[in-house]
Amino acid sequence: MNAIPKLPLVTVRGVRHRYGKPQGASLLVLDNVDLTLSENEIVGLLGRSGSGKSTLLRSIAGLVSPTEGVVELPRRAGEADTTVSMVFQSFALFPWLTVMQNVEIGLEAKRVPKDERRKRALAAIDLIGLDGFENAYPKELSGGMRQRVGLARALVVNPSVLLMDEPFSALDVLTAETLRTDLLDLWSEKKMPIKSILMVTHNIEEAVLMCDRILVFSSNPGRVVAEIKVELPQPRNRLDPAFRAMVEDIYVRMTTRAGPGQPRDSSIPGVGLGMALPRVSTNTIAGLMETIAAAPYDGKADLPQLASELQYEADELFPIAEVLQLLRFAELEGGDLKLLPAARRYVEAEVDVRKHLFGQHLLSFVPLAAHIRRVLDERPSHQAPARRFRDELEDSMSEDYAAQTLKAVIQWGRYAEAFAYDEVADLFSLDNPI
Amino acid sequence: MVFLAEDSKGARPLARFVGAGAAPSWADIVAFILLAGAAVLVVHGAEQMGQPLAQLQTEPVTLDPARLPEYALRTTLRMFAALGASLLFTFTVATLAAKSRKAELVIVPALDILQSVPVLGFLTFTVTFFMGLFPGRQLGVECAAIFAIFTSQAWNMAFSFYQALRTIPGDLDEVSRQFRLSPWRRFVRLELPFAMPGLVWNTMMSMSGGWFFVVASEAITVGNTTVTLPGIGSWLAIAIGRGDFGAVALAVGAMGVVIVLYDQFLFRPIVAWADKFRFEQTASAAQPRSWLYDLVRRTHAIRQLLAPLSWPGRWLASIDWPRPHVPALPRLSPAAVRVLDLAWIVAVGAAVSAAVWLLVVFIAPVLSWRDLLSTFGLGLATMARVVVLIAIASLIWVPIGVWIGLRPQWSERLQPVAQFLAAFPANVLFPFAVMAIVGLKLSPDVWLSPLMVLGTQWYILFNVIAGASAIPSDMREAASIFGLRGWQWWRQVGLPGIFPYYVTGALTASGGSWNASIVAEAVSWGNRHLEAVGLGSFIAKATAAGDYPRVALGVAVMSVFVIAFNRTLWRPLYRFAERRLRLD
Repeated sequence: MNAIPKLPLVTVRGVRHRYGKPQGASLLVLDNVDLTLSENEIVGLLGRSGSGKSTLLRSIAGLVSPTEGVVELPRRAGEADTTVSMVFQSFALFPWLTVMQNVEIGLEAKRVPKDERRKRALAAIDLIGLDGFENAYPKELSGGMRQRVGLARALVVNPSVLLMDEPFSALDVLTAETLRTDLLDLWSEKKMPIKSILMVTHNIEEAVLMCDRILVFSSNPGRVVAEIKVELPQPRNRLDPAFRAMVEDIYVRMTTRAGPGQPRDSSIPGVGLGMALPRVSTNTIAGLMETIAAAPYDGKADLPQLASELQYEADELFPIAEVLQLLRFAELEGGDLKLLPAARRYVEAEVDVRKHLFGQHLLSFVPLAAHIRRVLDERPSHQAPARRFRDELEDSMSEDYAAQTLKAVIQWGRYAEAFAYDEVADLFSLDNPI
Repeated sequence: MVFLAEDSKGARPLARFVGAGAAPSWADIVAFILLAGAAVLVVHGAEQMGQPLAQLQTEPVTLDPARLPEYALRTTLRMFAALGASLLFTFTVATLAAKSRKAELVIVPALDILQSVPVLGFLTFTVTFFMGLFPGRQLGVECAAIFAIFTSQAWNMAFSFYQALRTIPGDLDEVSRQFRLSPWRRFVRLELPFAMPGLVWNTMMSMSGGWFFVVASEAITVGNTTVTLPGIGSWLAIAIGRGDFGAVALAVGAMGVVIVLYDQFLFRPIVAWADKFRFEQTASAAQPRSWLYDLVRRTHAIRQLLAPLSWPGRWLASIDWPRPHVPALPRLSPAAVRVLDLAWIVAVGAAVSAAVWLLVVFIAPVLSWRDLLSTFGLGLATMARVVVLIAIASLIWVPIGVWIGLRPQWSERLQPVAQFLAAFPANVLFPFAVMAIVGLKLSPDVWLSPLMVLGTQWYILFNVIAGASAIPSDMREAASIFGLRGWQWWRQVGLPGIFPYYVTGALTASGGSWNASIVAEAVSWGNRHLEAVGLGSFIAKATAAGDYPRVALGVAVMSVFVIAFNRTLWRPLYRFAERRLRLD
């Protein structure tokens, strides 16, 4: 488009945000993020959980004020002030209000007179395809219809920017696709009052399908690692080779090292004892190894292909792959997951041998597991309160992460029979139940 | 009720009212008459309250059955006045606690304690206070009675509202902030609806608790002063004093009628209506039903008839309060915030020490350490009673409750009965027990004890019924496929399934029993007085004698017992149930 360059609708400069107390354990979720949003574009924020993309969206919505940096909606000469409105992943509808009342709520807050309110709400309901449902309560609607209410509610206040926080991820595949197409149609036919859309997603295909520009976020802390312009013409076709190539390219960017010397982007933050472990079940770990070891992968799998084959979102697949890598069962390189010899031995072995092998890897490569085992071995009673390890973990991470990490290591340790844990007494020990 | 039903068909009642033409329809006339009648009743009751105190002497409460309906009305009005006060208290204090961290620091523990303290013991102090406020008028005593009922109702309502405010779903909070809802709009659209189911339930519980106190608070004897306000409570007190069996039976009957009436005409419809505020996105399987609510919803005429009742609510809900122009406070540095917090804690600490000092000064000159020790011993006696009786009640009601709960056709019918029994003030039945004990020459120390759980055991029953009916059917099917039977079934299916519910019921029952001990350990019938050794009779005696230091001591000791009981027994059980036995 060859429009005269105008001021952007939204500018974000140098935003950092940390959660938690200023002193003590805090988590840096956004680090030095810049973003501009101009007219007539759909921009996607793509990243895994923990990349702070939702926090960024909420900063723009005015729901969160970032620890550092500026979020601005610049005043533009000759134009109305930029306003934003938001669509939520969980729909966030008031269950005690009807569709009509839910849509009207933003206008009510702005004290729009009743008749106009009704007129505008009906128009929005009509636009979004909710005719006939005006008097229904949200609990009577399907997920797709609920998100339509969410959209109508966001559009009825005439925002210039529509913010969407993973708007389709709580919907089933078919419903999500219908809603995406409907939204894109409304957008291309310019039937909505909005000038620009900013959406958060962790679904790579969704981002490529909908966006004109994609910002790829790293996680822990969230930084913009790449900006990708999608110049494929709309409507886009998922099977188009150019489309596939772009998806593949983004997968690679999300799994490779950011640069030599820099830590590889990973959803496992921290090092050594302070590593926050994701809760991945040993069944899932075993299942993934078996799948990759078998045909057609034969030990090496392309992540996008694997994800679509297994019906996983990228966000769900990455942590499992990373645990495999942490345990030295596999290597993650350039969007591929490659099994190491240990994994082949694991896949071919019987249950007890598997447990033994898993235990060896657990105690050699997961520092926390090794630490717990060492403490138990040293103590004459072979017992240690879990509190002790929780405290140690909380020195280097937040309470939630510490709890999650301990739960992960307990599950792995139990499977490997490396140590036992009694939930009632909150106690680690070496006894195994007979 | 501030927030009334908004079905879209009646969204513009005023417009329709005007549009209906100049001639009022028959519905309007009927509605007008009904409303006017209600207004006259309320005004008449209020007028009576303003009469001079002396009128009570010239026109004492009599045991004339013709006056009973009026007495019932006066008592009910008192109940609802107290309920109104409790709602007001709930909306202000609980909101304050939820919005201000500093206020929360004081209000939450205070509510928690007040919830479990024997408020009946405070009656002595409040009567004196309110009579001083309106000297020579009935209003003072009315206020004291209403306040006594209020003190039995307000705390759990405030607590439930506070908890609802603290657990408002994050996404709805974000929507209201993103659309910049004004505080009032946020209250009407988000906070009140979200809190509604819990609040309605707690209001019903409070109403039941209130009945218990009505009986004790209408006929007030403090030292030499005895005031009997016209009402069922006074009627009962006089009937007991005269040993008039028929009059007691009449009062019990009247009370039953009143409870059934407001249950059917007020609470059932409200519960059915409040179901729409339950925060879940899926339609629930079992909806609470009310014939009246269904009738109103189905019948156009009746709906129109009742529409005027909802106007004030709608009007309130649609008010746009002018936005207050409060200059934004400068953001304080973390250090300054810490200093402020510290100052606040110091201030609270100072107030607490002052209160302790005041209490000591009040009690110390009259009472010695020996008194404290002996009061403590009496507390142990009452505690033994509470523990034994709750245990016995559990042994009886848990099996019965599980049996009923597992049979839906029975639980549907019996659940409301158990709730009614819990709402029924057990103290009106005490005279029958006295007659039995005297007649059979039983030991009051033992046989007065069951009176303490007479009214509170139903909490155990209806919670266990609810728990047993909530055991998932797949778990029950699994148990029957694997042939679980007898003790193994109880150990592995029945007891874990009902445990969280049982703890709730037993907690409520034991709290109620402590409170009931004040009236249950010292009872009379005509000129026969029976007394059991315990903290309850100690407080009752001190109140009757106007011995304030002893009342204060007794109440303080009982509070300590109740709180210690809650903290060391019920709370840990509750946490255990939360952590290990949740079925989701």
